[in-house]
Amino acid sequence: MPKHLISIHDFSRDEILETLSLAREFEKNPRQPILSDKIVASIFFEPSTRTRLSFETAANRLGARVIGFSDIGNTSVTKGETLKDTIKMVSNYSDLIVIRHPLDGSARYASEISSVPVINAGDGANQHPTQTMLDLYSILKTQGKLENLKINMVGDLKYGRTVHSLLQAMSHFNPEFLFTSPDELKMPVEYKEYLTNLNIPFSETKNLSKGLDDSDIIYMTRVQRERFTDPIEYERVKNFYSLNLSMLSGCKPNMKILHPLPRVNEISQDVDASDHAYYFEQAENGVYTRMAIISKLLGK
Amino acid sequence: MEKQLKVSAIKDGTVLDHIPSCQLFKVIDILGLNKSSNQITFGTNLDSKLLGKKGIIKISDKYFESDDINRIALIAPQAKINIIHDFEVVEKRVLTIPKTIRGIVKCMNPMCITNHQVVETLFTTIVESPDFKLLCHYCEKITDKENLKIISNNR
Ligand SMILES: [Zn+2]
Repeated sequence: MPKHLISIHDFSRDEILETLSLAREFEKNPRQPILSDKIVASIFFEPSTRTRLSFETAANRLGARVIGFSDIGNTSVTKGETLKDTIKMVSNYSDLIVIRHPLDGSARYASEISSVPVINAGDGANQHPTQTMLDLYSILKTQGKLENLKINMVGDLKYGRTVHSLLQAMSHFNPEFLFTSPDELKMPVEYKEYLTNLNIPFSETKNLSKGLDDSDIIYMTRVQRERFTDPIEYERVKNFYSLNLSMLSGCKPNMKILHPLPRVNEISQDVDASDHAYYFEQAENGVYTRMAIISKLLGK
Repeated sequence: MEKQLKVSAIKDGTVLDHIPSCQLFKVIDILGLNKSSNQITFGTNLDSKLLGKKGIIKISDKYFESDDINRIALIAPQAKINIIHDFEVVEKRVLTIPKTIRGIVKCMNPMCITNHQVVETLFTTIVESPDFKLLCHYCEKITDKENLKIISNNR
């Protein structure tokens, strides 16, 4: 049975740490064609240019060749081919599959059919574990550690899958959480129960200006218009959860702001030049962590 | 009641008693009895002090695996299972929801792969009855008691 990465909880604490230190090696020396005899299939059933380019860059840096498709436009999927048949075919051609698919659970299902390792590059609203791994790498790189950090998650905590996965992954490292969100987008009960069961402290606030000063990481997410039934409510909330430079004057020097991107107006442009801004470097870290995951799953 | 039991008593097999009448046909479905070649008698809308109206199923020469029969705990947790040998009740089983449930339950998440392609559902029971919660192996969302839908075995 090949090893897959479908959910962040498929990797133990040790496997997470191993992957992060491997990513560090790749960052020091990004050109390592150790997979020049391998073929990576990158199959995107919905477009995601950012994630796809990051994966394909990672595979190319490792010397692997990349096959696949970036949307289903010209594929047999539009003729009604099942996911099962597509995966059977692709796993015959390739040594590893990177899959993005709009349905929740599709990546887990693909991993059960595939004869080669599968990496989930986003299955609907469910998981996006390589995003979480690059978030962890960014936290480790900027803080020098993962243990005992105070993480402030801001914005859409209800539907934002990146915050849910990050919460699960960080739970290995004795964190403290602050959840900053409007009532409509609060952290779901099941995740709060999860933390309570692990004795991990958390608190909640609606007020973004509270809790900025003692945070080590501020993890911003996009508040999307589609989430609101009342457009006036959206307009009110949207401006309320926007971070600007003047709010950061009392922050800890080590504090970094992360954001899975693309950003709209939840971080004002005047923050970009601040030492606290890390979201662009964070995206770049994605290539190294994906190199680490690909090579780890292929046993190199 | 005593009389009725005697009329249709079975020599060997399994008796499922105290099934709420409204769930009787679902129980038959879950256990796949419509495909069974065993002798089966069932009654419904019988008077019951406990349930008002109850159903009963008697299956001759059939004994169920725990995990199979326990699946009916999802819809009829108060059902009583009696194992019959030579007209005697030799064992009474208490129903508990199995740790994992394959098939039978539909995932309540409309965006789950199991609701779009031919994928058998699979759940882990994370909270036991009465107010059970089932975690979908695929989409990782929870299906709870209020949103339980049984997939028919009749396909
Ligand atoms: Zn599901």
